[in-house]
Amino acid sequence: MNKNGKTKKARNIKVDYLARVEGEGALHVKIKADDLLDVKLKIFEPPRFFEAFLRGRKYTEAPDITARICGICPIAYMLGASHAMEDICGVKVTGQLRELRRLIYCGEWIESHVLHIYMLHAPDFLGYEDAIRMAKDFPEAVENALRLKKIGNQIMTVLGGREIHPINMKIGGFYRVPTKKELAVLVDELKWGLETAIATVKLVSTFDFPDFEQDYEFVALKHPNEYAIAEGNLISNKGFNVPISQYDDYLIEEHVEHSTALHTHIQGRDGCFLGPMARYAHNFKQLTPTAKQLAKEAGLGKVCKNPFKSIIVRAVETVYAFEEALRIVQNYEQPDKPAIEIEPKAGTGYGATEAPRGICYHRYTIDDEGIIQDAKIVSPTAVNQKTIENDLMSFIPARLDLPDEKLQWQCEQAIRNYDPCISCSTHFLKLTVDRQ
Amino acid sequence: MAAKKPKLAVWKFASCDGCQLSLLDCEDELLAVAGAVEIANFPEASRAIIKGPYDVSLVEGSVTTPHDAERIHKVRRASKFLISIGACATAGGIQALRNFSDVNEFVSIVYASPQYISTLKQSTPISEHVFVDFELRGCPIDKGQLLEVINALLNERKPNIPTHSLCLDCKRQGLPCVMVSQGTPCLGPITQAGCGVLCPAFDRGCYGCFGPMESPNGKALIEKWQEMGADDAEVLRSLRTFNACANAFEKESRKYE
Ligand code: SF4
Repeated sequence: MNKNGKTKKARNIKVDYLARVEGEGALHVKIKADDLLDVKLKIFEPPRFFEAFLRGRKYTEAPDITARICGICPIAYMLGASHAMEDICGVKVTGQLRELRRLIYCGEWIESHVLHIYMLHAPDFLGYEDAIRMAKDFPEAVENALRLKKIGNQIMTVLGGREIHPINMKIGGFYRVPTKKELAVLVDELKWGLETAIATVKLVSTFDFPDFEQDYEFVALKHPNEYAIAEGNLISNKGFNVPISQYDDYLIEEHVEHSTALHTHIQGRDGCFLGPMARYAHNFKQLTPTAKQLAKEAGLGKVCKNPFKSIIVRAVETVYAFEEALRIVQNYEQPDKPAIEIEPKAGTGYGATEAPRGICYHRYTIDDEGIIQDAKIVSPTAVNQKTIENDLMSFIPARLDLPDEKLQWQCEQAIRNYDPCISCSTHFLKLTVDRQ
Repeated sequence: MAAKKPKLAVWKFASCDGCQLSLLDCEDELLAVAGAVEIANFPEASRAIIKGPYDVSLVEGSVTTPHDAERIHKVRRASKFLISIGACATAGGIQALRNFSDVNEFVSIVYASPQYISTLKQSTPISEHVFVDFELRGCPIDKGQLLEVINALLNERKPNIPTHSLCLDCKRQGLPCVMVSQGTPCLGPITQAGCGVLCPAFDRGCYGCFGPMESPNGKALIEKWQEMGADDAEVLRSLRTFNACANAFEKESRKYE
């Protein structure tokens, strides 16, 4: 509270550490009388300098090293790095090896989306501080959530050895591929998971959503034949559709004082929106009939512009991920070799995949011995920072008469719409509302 | 009223969040754990913060900023038992690679305005700053081992966490040695067990997530690697990953600089 508040409306709300997000961050909101002066999302996650110590490492080490940027979405890093190196060396992973990579990515989407839907975001809508307290009134929902999440992790474990920082992914493919039998054990749980994911869409669509729509620039990957997960062009609803090698021409990074995560804006424009809502807006047609039908029943149009409804979009994507996983498992034929052999070649290459939170971009330059000369890695949360700030700038003014505590919780919820992963982006949250 | 439940707190320093995620990944046991302890401070999972002191603190991450170097003392003062979890907290983590370089150069590679960044020259384990009651290894930790440690503390017994080599567990599981059968360099002989022998079971050499075992013979292992054709650069890189600053790994790696 503002202790010397002479003006009647002078208030000062402080939250030092935003919860239910991955990593460390804070929010500073400045309000003077009835005016919102400024919103700053502060990311104070200590920098770990991955791009610096990757220099001098061997190209084959990039997947395992960059996995350690984030414990929640290691596949995004492992695969983005692998694709970039394969791009440099002129190799393309196809057939069943590509399908297995898509399968493990479905596992990551399921594990991460379910964690966010039920454990991090649903408590906001239902008014609980966390999922464990929520479990007292909604035991079945939380138990289902844990089982769903576990299935995502099982996919990761069967294919990758463990759920956090899998050990079985490498440039060119895998160290060892599963037998048909090893994958087939997943089928029954995947079928249960699909049914429960369908019920999840129905459940979250009954939540109350604030009336809040924005005209976003949605940026996602677009693939001609499938709902893009690991490959595609970079597409925006404001007029570009380019290969990922042009990422740096369109998404411009800048270093701002209040964040250890670099901000991003679109060349000549404002921030952009990455993640489930962006993918959904661009790739709706490529969802399965079940996922499309569920989205319709849940009241989502072909484009959803209300970030609070991202929880429904995440649930729809979870259904999709279960269907994809089942398809891949049921059609699996064990490939002859676990990986394509690769020889290093000097050059620069690009990799971008759809992490659960949006595009995760990698660019590397290596020499002809395969030693990394330069690395650039951009996480989706870092890119979304600006859009989160913009959202709050629009969201708060209509809610200034709320009591501090309520306003604070609603701001937190608005931030959690983005499922921010701050460990990733530092390269997240403490909240202060300063009313002058 | 029933006896008060012990309070559990989770703290984060420089890390990837993977180790604390291991707790949320205990899908089968999470509600039981939440029944046995009061989760009093776990920001990744809850916005409710209950004041200390805490009976058990799990600390993830390494110390890399002046602010964190002070914060860890507050955590220690508020905790009866302090357990550091994961390679970041027990050895400095992958971010300790800065300890072999000039951190200012690192800052300028990543950030356009280095003056905004406050960071320490070294990434250091928790035990370098405060007394640690137990160190749980791994990058990430094994969730079975985490549950064992929490269980042991709740029952006031010593955690049963072996410190022998991965090699021993690998042989017990009857897996063919990847060095003998494939000529693949493996850190198993000098790395502490605990992961469940993952890499050799997937036809790859161990890369040292759990740090050095109790009595590692690095010299003998590296000689073997050299016979298999590994050069100094490869040896150096292999010893310098997530546990680069764990004592035995660091000492051995210096020979190949
Ligand atoms: S030890 Fe490894 S898994 Fe654990 S927090 Fe550090 S980087 Fe992440």
